Amino acid sequence: MTETITNSCALIGRHIRHLTRTPEQLLSITLMPVVFVLVFGYLFGSAMKVPGGQSYQDYIMAGIFVQVVLGNMTLSSLGVISDLDNGLMDRFRSLPMSRSAVLIGRTTHDLILTVWCFVLMSGIGYLIGWRVHEGVWSMLGGFGLMLLLGFATSWAGALLGLTLRSAEAVNALGAVIVMPLSFLSNAFIPLDGLPGWMQAIAEWNPVSPVVLACRKLFGNATPDTAGHAFPMEHPIPMAVILSLAMLAIVVPLTIRAYERAATKK
Amino acid sequence: METAISAEGLRKRYAEHDVLAGIDLTVATGEVLGLLGPNGAGKTTIVRILATLLPFDSGKVTIAGFDLSKDKREIRRRIGLTGQYAAVDAILTGRENLRLIGVLLGLGRRKAHIRADELLEQFDLTAAADRPAKSYSGGMRRRLDLAASLVTTPTVLFLDEPTTGLDVTSRMLLWRMVREQVANGVSVLLTTQYLEEADQLADRIVVLDKGGLIAEGTPEELKRKVGGERLEVSVATEAELPAVVRAVGSASAEAPSVDEKAKLVSIPLVGGMNTLASITAELKAAAVEPVDFAIRRSSMDDVFLALTGQTVSAEGDTAADRRTAERQTPQGEAA
Repeated sequence: MTETITNSCALIGRHIRHLTRTPEQLLSITLMPVVFVLVFGYLFGSAMKVPGGQSYQDYIMAGIFVQVVLGNMTLSSLGVISDLDNGLMDRFRSLPMSRSAVLIGRTTHDLILTVWCFVLMSGIGYLIGWRVHEGVWSMLGGFGLMLLLGFATSWAGALLGLTLRSAEAVNALGAVIVMPLSFLSNAFIPLDGLPGWMQAIAEWNPVSPVVLACRKLFGNATPDTAGHAFPMEHPIPMAVILSLAMLAIVVPLTIRAYERAATKK
Repeated sequence: METAISAEGLRKRYAEHDVLAGIDLTVATGEVLGLLGPNGAGKTTIVRILATLLPFDSGKVTIAGFDLSKDKREIRRRIGLTGQYAAVDAILTGRENLRLIGVLLGLGRRKAHIRADELLEQFDLTAAADRPAKSYSGGMRRRLDLAASLVTTPTVLFLDEPTTGLDVTSRMLLWRMVREQVANGVSVLLTTQYLEEADQLADRIVVLDKGGLIAEGTPEELKRKVGGERLEVSVATEAELPAVVRAVGSASAEAPSVDEKAKLVSIPLVGGMNTLASITAELKAAAVEPVDFAIRRSSMDDVFLALTGQTVSAEGDTAADRRTAERQTPQGEAA
């Protein structure tokens, strides 16, 4: 246990050094979410009307946050693949060290990046008119739910990377996985406008309760736009349960994949 | 502990294909075993299995006295691995790379720092220690990689094609550093495509082809199997070849081999100076002026060619191409 912690910390340190030495990489990772906020919040916001008369900026921010969180999938995949490609994964695996530390280091680092993106996006969101209407603790709770889903997504990304072992495949498949998850949810659109079967899928999409829970915790929820499926009635516990369930499935699979990950030749 | 590595009946299959078809090999403590073979022979697969990275299908393997199927962790404490490409973090500096490995090994910060400094000194990297590894030359990266594999002070070292792609000077420097490790009592399993490298470093060589071992012996023994010196005479035009064949043929019981493309005639050389003198006299009488007249000691290339009917270099190369290439590279065995 202590070993896993010290190993993980050493590897997080490694990733942080990478960030400080390759600021262009940090820039490219942060630019996308910032552009999202400006495009969705500012550009679309001037044309969109949310049912119930709430501001579109308030409505959309949780959706943009979740978009960034889902992006962790590709981010973590590509990180894992670069370590596979340059042979470092082999080196780590040949050392008498913790089996999970390399993955914990990677996913925790990606989580730290997400926090950084959130801070930046919140700042810009504030400038374009997004407001949190509940208390600080409630707001932090909302971010906590997002980060929990982000952490789970990162592990899933690491699994994807260890399985596919090709950056091209990850980029292609990543989009195919992330697009329906974010667009067939309540992230950008109110669900009650959808045809019935599509609405049912969207309500049970794990992204939807997380987004709805955040809106509630931020005080951004619109009355009566939520559906009546179980996850929509109990968004906060469902957000926690679904993210934890995802972690419980993905983490052991990822560690197993790591133990078998031979560098592709 | 007598043997550093012992493998009996090591098998590995991928789908329907035997990558390793029951390999037996041992490396004695303090010994350097050269594992020689063409691309795809299974060299890297063996190293990856022995270095705990890849599961195997059957066989009994012990490394440093520990059973590979049970005590992976104990084995990992005692091995070092230097891969085909330098497995270092390119963004971190040389010093940070070594410190990171030290901390991951549980040395603690202080000891990890001390060990890193020692290794940097030992591998002639102190001056470059605080530069990112991506700024290193190929040779420096390999040295850093080797240093990284030694942070544990392993008793068994796996070197998987450690000098592939390096220039001659860097290669010789790396060889020197490997020899220093051997002098300290480290046992080494070395895979290489460079026959010269096996010749230079290994106490004993096993030759691997298509997943099986096809020969074993000291470099000298293997060379002796293939024969001693050969005389090679090449000329400018094909028209001159018959005259050369007549001239060299008179000196040997064996029929000379003729490579028309390279315009080259060669025979095993027996009889020393007198034979050479009579051959040159005959060539002069026939008014042939050779482009090249050379005595070649048989190299590991010949050993390999004789054993497998295949050159070590990329497929499709003919033996003649290989010989021609060798003449142009300083590290070849050309006379």
